[in-house]
Amino acid sequence: MPSLTPDQVRHIAKLARLRLSDSEVEKFATEMTNILQYVEMLGEVNTDGIEATAQVTGLENALRPDVVQSTVSADALLHTSPLPIKDHQIQTPSAHG
Amino acid sequence: MLNSLTITQAHDKLKTKEISSVELTQACIDRIESIDTKLNAIVHKNYDKALANAKRIDEAGAFEHPLTGIPYLAKDVFCEEGVPTTASSNMLRNKDYVPPFSSTTTERLNAVGAISIAKANTDEFTMGASTETSAFGVTRNPWDTSRVAGGSSGGSAAGLAADEALFSLGTDTGGSIRQPAGFCGISGIRPTYGRTSRYGVMSMASSLDTIGPFAKNIEDLAILLEAISGKDPKDGTTSSRPVPNYRSLLTGDMKNMKIGLPKEYFVEGIQPAVEKAVHDAATVLQNLGGELIEISLPHTKYAIATYYVLCPCEVSSNMARYDGIRYGHTVSGAESLLDYYEQARSEGFGPEVKRRIMIGTYALSAGYYDAYYRQAQKVRTVIKNEFDEAFKKVDIIISPVSPHVAFPVGAHQNDPLAMYLEDVFLTAQVMAGIPALSVPCGLSADKLPIGLQIMGPQWGEETILKAAHAYEKAAWPDGFGRAVL
Repeated sequence: MPSLTPDQVRHIAKLARLRLSDSEVEKFATEMTNILQYVEMLGEVNTDGIEATAQVTGLENALRPDVVQSTVSADALLHTSPLPIKDHQIQTPSAHG
Repeated sequence: MLNSLTITQAHDKLKTKEISSVELTQACIDRIESIDTKLNAIVHKNYDKALANAKRIDEAGAFEHPLTGIPYLAKDVFCEEGVPTTASSNMLRNKDYVPPFSSTTTERLNAVGAISIAKANTDEFTMGASTETSAFGVTRNPWDTSRVAGGSSGGSAAGLAADEALFSLGTDTGGSIRQPAGFCGISGIRPTYGRTSRYGVMSMASSLDTIGPFAKNIEDLAILLEAISGKDPKDGTTSSRPVPNYRSLLTGDMKNMKIGLPKEYFVEGIQPAVEKAVHDAATVLQNLGGELIEISLPHTKYAIATYYVLCPCEVSSNMARYDGIRYGHTVSGAESLLDYYEQARSEGFGPEVKRRIMIGTYALSAGYYDAYYRQAQKVRTVIKNEFDEAFKKVDIIISPVSPHVAFPVGAHQNDPLAMYLEDVFLTAQVMAGIPALSVPCGLSADKLPIGLQIMGPQWGEETILKAAHAYEKAAWPDGFGRAVL
């Protein structure tokens, strides 16, 4: 049966770009373990020779002409940012720390 | 009271100029203002724009389409140009997200003159079964305000059940339309995946999300589904199959319709009142000429597990866009970009969203992918095949929507798995991509609504609407009845 340790939870949080408090880590370790133990039942199903289903519409390659269409303006999209806008760009903290 | 009218009733009055759209819209606004403090169904109000639209429609005076001049509520995930849309999440509330564009469904409703009056509460980013994960707090059930309205589209369901509008919009990924409709005593439909456009609706699990309406009766539901269905070039997963005139197919004729009763949906743990109401509904359908056939869907018990692998995996990917850069929550004093992402996301997201991101991240990580994600996709195929086989023998399948009536607020506090199991009858259809609706079929001893689920084959909306309509007319000739607040 799968069981997540607090260190594993911290590692997953790092991969997911989340920072958890110690109490969140404790709580999630228990809750996620319960959920993962529940979904273990999927292993009971014999899926030999069964294809995986990613989507059910039967549609393939929905294409459209490669033509520029009028859409929302860049300024309108920038306007929704909570960060400062400079020269039509969003000013973020440095990527280099 | 004008706000308690159905769409067809209001349409007749608008067309003969007995009432105006402004009067109708104002009646809904007044209703929200007088009762919503008891329910908390509404999270953003859009009254000025709504009344201006209603005035414009009255002046034009053309009420050809049944939705022209009809006020509605949209779940807080339908982007609407100029109107705050926040997924009931702190992630989009620090600076309220005001979309610069509208969802295709919003556009389609605008085109026929329907009037959006407010945004309705939802579980955060639609993740939940009770609206208790909403950053705005829980929505309460109009039939008993100590109980939940269901979720995630709880605001849309409770608001409509309390006559705050004439219809509402929701989304159903794992039961989020059908369950709150059942809990609140109204109708709602999850269409076939690909029937309605997801463009402009905030995604939870893109391969499972569907857009659908809530209505006060099945005729209204048919009108709405036709209005919002069809191919959308902006959503590559929509089908170009023609959209039927669903309303014209509501003939009341059930003769020779084969109705499947799956034994796996009538199991231990189901409330006796729920079981009885659904069996009574089956008898009504039989008396109308339908043929009841016992069937078996043995993989039903794996549907929740399949769902709670696939859904969080897609969540972990879809939620990546919320990083505090392009919209929403922001923090100050971050030391680096990475620090900023982590702070903004950790503050902005609530516990259920974090939980699903974490489960999805784990299930998709190296070494676990085959055991969880790939196996779940294969079980999805098994479940889909099982429905395909069943629909060779029957035309529709009926079951309870939920094993019980609406539960008390806080009942599943600190037990996320118990909350997931609320959708026990509602996720197999999602795996198969088939349509299913919820129609009221009775009241418990303590006067809480019970929902009947009717499932159909892929693209078979007309069949389930026809059956639901025939049932509704026969079982509730004077209407199902309303909550008294």
